[in-house]
Amino acid sequence: MAYSDKVLDHYENPRNVGSLDKNDPNVGTGMVGAPACGDVMKLMIKVNDSGIIEDAKFKTYGCGSAIASSSLVTEWLKGRTIDQAYAIKNSEIAEELALPPVKIHCSVLAEDAIKAAVADIKAKQLAAKVAA
Amino acid sequence: MNYFKFFSLPQQFNVDLSLLETNFRAIQSASHPDRFVTCTSAEKIASMQTATLANEAYLTLKNPANRAKYLLLQQGIDAIDEKNTQMAADFLMQQLEWRETLDDAKHAKDLDTLENLLAEMQTEANILQDDLADYFDEKQDNVAATDTTRKLIFIDKVCADIHKAIEHLE
Repeated sequence: MAYSDKVLDHYENPRNVGSLDKNDPNVGTGMVGAPACGDVMKLMIKVNDSGIIEDAKFKTYGCGSAIASSSLVTEWLKGRTIDQAYAIKNSEIAEELALPPVKIHCSVLAEDAIKAAVADIKAKQLAAKVAA
Repeated sequence: MNYFKFFSLPQQFNVDLSLLETNFRAIQSASHPDRFVTCTSAEKIASMQTATLANEAYLTLKNPANRAKYLLLQQGIDAIDEKNTQMAADFLMQQLEWRETLDDAKHAKDLDTLENLLAEMQTEANILQDDLADYFDEKQDNVAATDTTRKLIFIDKVCADIHKAIEHLE
């Protein structure tokens, strides 16, 4: 199967690979997996006091489309509010990368990783409020 | 056709593998094309269909992850639904670590590490299979069984990739 140029670009030069400090109260982590392909995706976001995402890092084990999907969303996330991030749909990711139907699930994985990371940061913020 | 019924086995996770093997061989030999040389084409087609079904059913029940997936499907649960990406975070973290170990050992051509990792995966797989027997056959807990099946599929993938890496080195 031929990958699109955008997938190849992100696959060969992945953006924002790595980790953030998971113990930082402003960092949210999302981890998701797809057993059918054995894909694992870890997405970390750092949010400032105004609720804007300052930094995003990812680590993905999986096929080129899964890596490209996570690399792309780390670019998209920076500068967005967490609510805007939560609203990102897998169809936007699939369209941007021109993913074929058999690879749509890679974009689902990326969308769910964002949602999991946002849920994690919200839970952390809530816990901090309760403690305060 | 239910695969368990097909081999006259009780529908459960713990399967008598030697009985499965015996019953499979019996059906295989009874449906062998050589026995149908002088038969009508309808009978030939029927025997071929039986042989194909026997193969598929055997491969499904023999492999623990496939058997678990099949048991769940019988109850309308798709364990590998692509829309379901939720899994325990610590398990996924562990997956990433195993994948890193595998990649590093592959690049370093480190056969010892690969074999140790394979042994570790097999231990993990055995634990998950014991859990599956408990969830399916004792507790009838489909939620826990689905979760455990998904983990076993992940472990099987890592095992297959370690085997490939080892073959490549040898």
